[in-house]
Amino acid sequence: MSGQSTYQPQNPVMKWIERRLPIGGLIHSSFVAYPTPRNLNYWWTFGGILSFLLGAQIITGIVLVMHYTPHADMAFKSVEHIMRDVNYGWLLRYLHSNGASMFFVAVYIHMFRGMYYGSYKEPRELLWILGVILYLLMMATGFLGYTLPWGQMSFWGATVITNFFSAIPGVGEAVVTWLWGGYSVGNPTLQRFFSLHYLLPFVIAGVVVLHIWALHVVGQNNPTGIEPQTEKDVVRFTPYATSKDSFMMVAFCIVYAWFVFYTPNFLGHADNYVPANPAVTPTHIVPEWYYLPFYAILRAIPSKLLGVTALVGSIVILAFLPWLDTSKVRSARYRPLYRQFFWLFVLVCIGLGWLGAKPAEGGYVTAARILTFYYFAHFIIILPLLGKFEKAKPLPKSISESVLGKAGAAVAVLAIALSVLMLPKAAIAQGHEHDTPAPPQLKWSFSGPFGKYDQAQLQRGFKIYREVCATCHSLEYISFRNLAEPGGPGYSSAQAATVAAEYKIKDGPNDAGDMFERPGRLADAFPKPFANDAIARATYGGSVPPDLSVMAKARTYERGFPQFVFDMFTQYQEQGPDYIAALIKGYEDAPKGMQMPSGMSYNKYFSGHMIGMPPPLQAGQVTFDDGSPTTIDQYSQDISAFLMWTAEPHLNERKRLGFQVMIFLIVLSGLLYFTKKKVWADAH
Amino acid sequence: MTTVSATEHTRRDFLYIATGAVGAVGAAAVLVPLVTQMNPDASTIAAGAPIEVDLAPITEGQVIKVFWRGKPIFVGHRTKKEIDEARKADLSKLKDPQADQKRVKEGKDQWLVLVGICTHLGCIPLAHAGKYDGFFCPCHGSQYDSSGRIVEGPAPYNLPLPPYEFLSDTKIRIG
Ligand code: FES
Repeated sequence: MSGQSTYQPQNPVMKWIERRLPIGGLIHSSFVAYPTPRNLNYWWTFGGILSFLLGAQIITGIVLVMHYTPHADMAFKSVEHIMRDVNYGWLLRYLHSNGASMFFVAVYIHMFRGMYYGSYKEPRELLWILGVILYLLMMATGFLGYTLPWGQMSFWGATVITNFFSAIPGVGEAVVTWLWGGYSVGNPTLQRFFSLHYLLPFVIAGVVVLHIWALHVVGQNNPTGIEPQTEKDVVRFTPYATSKDSFMMVAFCIVYAWFVFYTPNFLGHADNYVPANPAVTPTHIVPEWYYLPFYAILRAIPSKLLGVTALVGSIVILAFLPWLDTSKVRSARYRPLYRQFFWLFVLVCIGLGWLGAKPAEGGYVTAARILTFYYFAHFIIILPLLGKFEKAKPLPKSISESVLGKAGAAVAVLAIALSVLMLPKAAIAQGHEHDTPAPPQLKWSFSGPFGKYDQAQLQRGFKIYREVCATCHSLEYISFRNLAEPGGPGYSSAQAATVAAEYKIKDGPNDAGDMFERPGRLADAFPKPFANDAIARATYGGSVPPDLSVMAKARTYERGFPQFVFDMFTQYQEQGPDYIAALIKGYEDAPKGMQMPSGMSYNKYFSGHMIGMPPPLQAGQVTFDDGSPTTIDQYSQDISAFLMWTAEPHLNERKRLGFQVMIFLIVLSGLLYFTKKKVWADAH
Repeated sequence: MTTVSATEHTRRDFLYIATGAVGAVGAAAVLVPLVTQMNPDASTIAAGAPIEVDLAPITEGQVIKVFWRGKPIFVGHRTKKEIDEARKADLSKLKDPQADQKRVKEGKDQWLVLVGICTHLGCIPLAHAGKYDGFFCPCHGSQYDSSGRIVEGPAPYNLPLPPYEFLSDTKIRIG
């Protein structure tokens, strides 16, 4: 690694080490004295941000593994255990799941920056190829990680993606069986995916070292695309680049923290809060947002083998970019035509992402085909020709003046990142327009950045659950002790123990070998209303009444564009309770001409309108000690609030901590900004 | 300009130090969740609630083992001979002198309730074994008497007593 190392340790211990292992000199020449072009803009800070995110993902991941159980029967439950019982478990898991999304936001910005400024051109081809390898490894890691919670999307995502390999002629089926370790996705699959998900980040870290090594050999590219020639064109890595990178890193953390603390499930799928069920496929399978453009390419092509080939090709082709782009000029700043094609390409990628979230039907498929064609044409036709015909603007003689990040840069980064995030989601939202009306948006005490559960409301909701819902619905992940925990309905331990004692819990075997019943204790979970699913199915007309523990996070409804975009800023996260409240009130007479099978009821808000659950609540059915009205409106809202609490018991704590973290990050990024300004002041 | 530079320097130093300090506070705060996540979680704490043990089926001379917070608890119904031996022992010869009266509940001399973990390095001693009619730890040869007091061997302390109370003559609650 280049850089004129002037590292001369004074400390005798350091001297002793340095003579035997010159690690101090290595660090000094790579991260202190290393010359970096003085005109790098803020787009160049994403490499540092990516390293930070990799570290954060590895640390939170290692911690999560301490509490997670990689077994098909226990994975979902252990994730709920992390969310509920482990100290700060909810925080660590949300950091990790949102961290993955942030990782991809950063990597896409990093890649597009490389494309815009021609950072892949001679002599940086290998540096670029290592980057493509890193990107592939990230995609694999992200996919493997998404299967681990073993929810519906995990399971079906794993099924669909592994089936890509079945497209291989001849041996496809055998390869897929080998990948699964069975004849379908099952426990062996989960266990190997877990093993590989733990392995790959370290492989990534290894390749990152190569990536940085290669970077330090050839030096950083810069916005002008011409190599630094004199001492004047460069500044030392520390403090110049370090201060700039630190500022952007913390600024980026503000976005990250917003998601983690205020809209932690915004980038996920509600379906993944439903435990994996090999018998039912969710109606709309979509991968995580960051794979959507490739998913669109896959579906654009009507042949299985060609579709998979195109998908793989669309990524592999990136590795050939250094040779497909024939222009000698690096930076788009001096390539007027390329600049326009570059932005068109960005739009095409976003468009493909949007289409990837749409159902594969009608005009969407046609559009996806056009964009897929353009995607490949950009690499195979436009770039090679452009180099031949484009007349580049005159290049400057040297990096004469440092073009520091314009004030707008950070804002632009944010805007692009957000639009990349949101368009596909908006598409999902619009994806399935049924005749199901959107539930009315109710007022909740727990909405917004300072929202909190209303204890009295949770107590009323609990009463409704006990007296009505509990006859059919279990609350598996909730224990009696939860009733007395902070941030909940606010019962005392003694009250919760009294509630527990009213339940009969099956225990045993005792010394005589018999099972017996005993009164519940605080540590017990709420017992199921039925002994097993088969009995439930027989009793309740063929379907098992679903468990209600995470129901409020497992249900959602389409928000549509552009409401969806606003949701991220207004922190609207109450789709679940809104839907549940609407469903309870949504019973009507079936419209004329609609045949209702016996045992089914018509519900306005239920997808398909035929629901097995009869109208659950009647006015006056449950009475409240606090004199609240005994109306269905009141009931539906109270029970929904209660279920939101059972689904997200640490919401109060999350929002409280979130506010502190936000204030802290804003202060720190402000300080870092001024530090950076001061540091750079004498570089001009 | 030269006069400005001195104040300018202190201003700058102050900014750098403030930034570094705030950053350090943040880094320290991040350690809190990373460290506390390894403490017992809420379900483990709840599972460590007190347990009740029925003494009626335990015959004289028998020692049973129950688990509380993942630790083996010995509940022994001592014979007359065992009690007498424990009472008569010469306390001055013991490493960790403690009267037998202090190790049982008053009026319940026959019931010995101990945490069954050797105070040397955590193995589980055998009941009714060793030279002193008490407990013997096979790992490194610690000998405990019929009151669970260490007499010989590497263990430094007597077998500890768990918190417990008698709910009735035949029922105790441990924890
Ligand atoms: S552990 Fe019992 S003697 Fe060493």
